[in-house]
Amino acid sequence: MDTREIDTRNYTALLKKYIETQDEQALYGAEQISKSFIKKNILPEEFVNLHIQALLEIYPDLHDKIKPSMHFLLEAMISYGLAHQEFQNLREKQLAIKSEILVAARMQKMLLQSKIPETDELDIGVISVPANQMNGDYHHFVKGKDGTISITIADVIGKGIPAALSMSMIKYAMDSFPENIMTTDTVLASINRVVERNVDPSMFITMFYAQYKPDTGKLYYSSAGHEPGFYYSSRLQKFKDIESKGLVLGVNPDASYVQDELNLEKGDIIILLTDGVTECRRDNQFIDRTEVIDVIKKYIHLPSQEAVNHVYRHFERLQNFQLRDDFTLIMIKKQV
Amino acid sequence: MMNSQSCVTILKEWDIVAARQMGREIAKNIGFGTVDQARITTAISELARNIYLYAGEGKISFNIVQSLDTKGISIKAEDKGPGIKDLSQVMEDGFSTSGGLGAGLPGVRRLMDDFDIISEVNKGTTIVTVKWLR
Repeated sequence: MDTREIDTRNYTALLKKYIETQDEQALYGAEQISKSFIKKNILPEEFVNLHIQALLEIYPDLHDKIKPSMHFLLEAMISYGLAHQEFQNLREKQLAIKSEILVAARMQKMLLQSKIPETDELDIGVISVPANQMNGDYHHFVKGKDGTISITIADVIGKGIPAALSMSMIKYAMDSFPENIMTTDTVLASINRVVERNVDPSMFITMFYAQYKPDTGKLYYSSAGHEPGFYYSSRLQKFKDIESKGLVLGVNPDASYVQDELNLEKGDIIILLTDGVTECRRDNQFIDRTEVIDVIKKYIHLPSQEAVNHVYRHFERLQNFQLRDDFTLIMIKKQV
Repeated sequence: MMNSQSCVTILKEWDIVAARQMGREIAKNIGFGTVDQARITTAISELARNIYLYAGEGKISFNIVQSLDTKGISIKAEDKGPGIKDLSQVMEDGFSTSGGLGAGLPGVRRLMDDFDIISEVNKGTTIVTVKWLR
C-alpha cells in the first residue's frame, strides 16, 4: 500500500469519526494530517480531491448537488496550489541569497581588514559595525617606512551592498598611491578623481585622511565633507571639533582640498567617526554632537580600544540594539 | 480514432472559455483524473488569457501525443503579438504574479510536464506544453 492510500484511509477514518462524534480529538487529528501533508508537499487541490474521495466512500450515494460543488472547490484551489509552490520556491531562493550575502560579507571583512599599527607613541582603538550584513564604512591604517602613520576613515552615503562594493574600490585605489610622499590634500584630490570616474553619480563618499608624523608630533589632515572628528587637548581639558573644508568625493573631478595640522601633545586625543555615531537616534530624534562627547568623556580614561567598545555599547543600547547606519569610531591617544 | 488535432481561435474573452472546454474534454478522453483535468484547464486559461491580453489575437491547438509507454495532451499557444523581450524574466517566479496577473508562465510550467517557449519581439510567441498521463 503506498503512502497516498494510507493517507486516504486515515483521512477517511478521521472524517467519518468526526461526522459521527464531532469531537475535538478528530479535529486535532485533522490538524496533524494537514501538517504532515504540507511536509509531503501535497497541494491544496489534492487535499480537496482526497476529501471528495473520502466523502464518496462514506456516502456512496452522495447528494448529486454536493459532488459538483466539491469539484467546483477543487478547481478553485488550483491557483492557491500554484501560489503555494511559488512562495516555497521564493523562500528557498531567499535563503540562498541570504547565505550568498553572508559569504560576501565575510569576504569583504577579509578584504577591508586593517591592522592597528604597532607604535609606542599612539594608543589606537577602533570599532566598526555594519547596520546590515555589509559595511559601507571604511577605515584603514598604514605605517610607513619612516614611521608615519596614515589614518583613513570614510563613509558611503547609503548602506548595504552598493556601499560595500564602493568601499572595496576605495581601498584598492588608496593602496595604489605611493607611500607617504603625498600630502593629505593630494591624496584626497587623487581619490576624488577615482571616485568621480568610477562611482555612480548618485553615490557620495565622505572621507577624512590624516598622517601622523612621529618626528614632529604633528597630525596633518584633510577632509572631503566628512563628519568632523574631535580633538581633546589634555592641557586645556577641552574638546574641539576637527574642522576641515572640502567637497565630498565624486562630485567634481577638479575639487581641491586643504591640508590642516594639529600639534599633538602627550595625553591629547583624536576621535574620528562616521555619521552612524552622530546620527544615532533616541525616540526618532537625532542625538547631539555634545552628547557624543559626553559619552566619550565617560570612558576617556580607559585604553583606546576599551573606550571605543564602551561607547559603541552605549549607543547600541540607546538604539535598542538596532543600528540604523554603519557605525565606525576611532580613538587615538598620544602616549608620549 | 478521433481527430487528433483541434484548435480554438482566441479573439474575445469568451474564447478562453471555449479553449478551456475543448482542452478539458480532450484531457478527460485521454483518461486524466479530475485533479489533472483542473490543472490542464488552468494552464490553458493562462495561455489563452496571455494571448487575449497581450497579443489580441492568436490560437490554442490541442494534440494527443504518444510516447513509448504513455500518452498525453500537447497544448500549443501561438500569436503574432509583440513578443517577449526578456524570457528569463517572465519565467521567473514572482515577476508576473506580483501585479496579481495570475499564475503566469512559471505557473503553466508547474501545472504541466514539458514546457517550451519561442518568442521574437514584434513577431510573436509560440508556447508548446505537454502533460503526460501517469
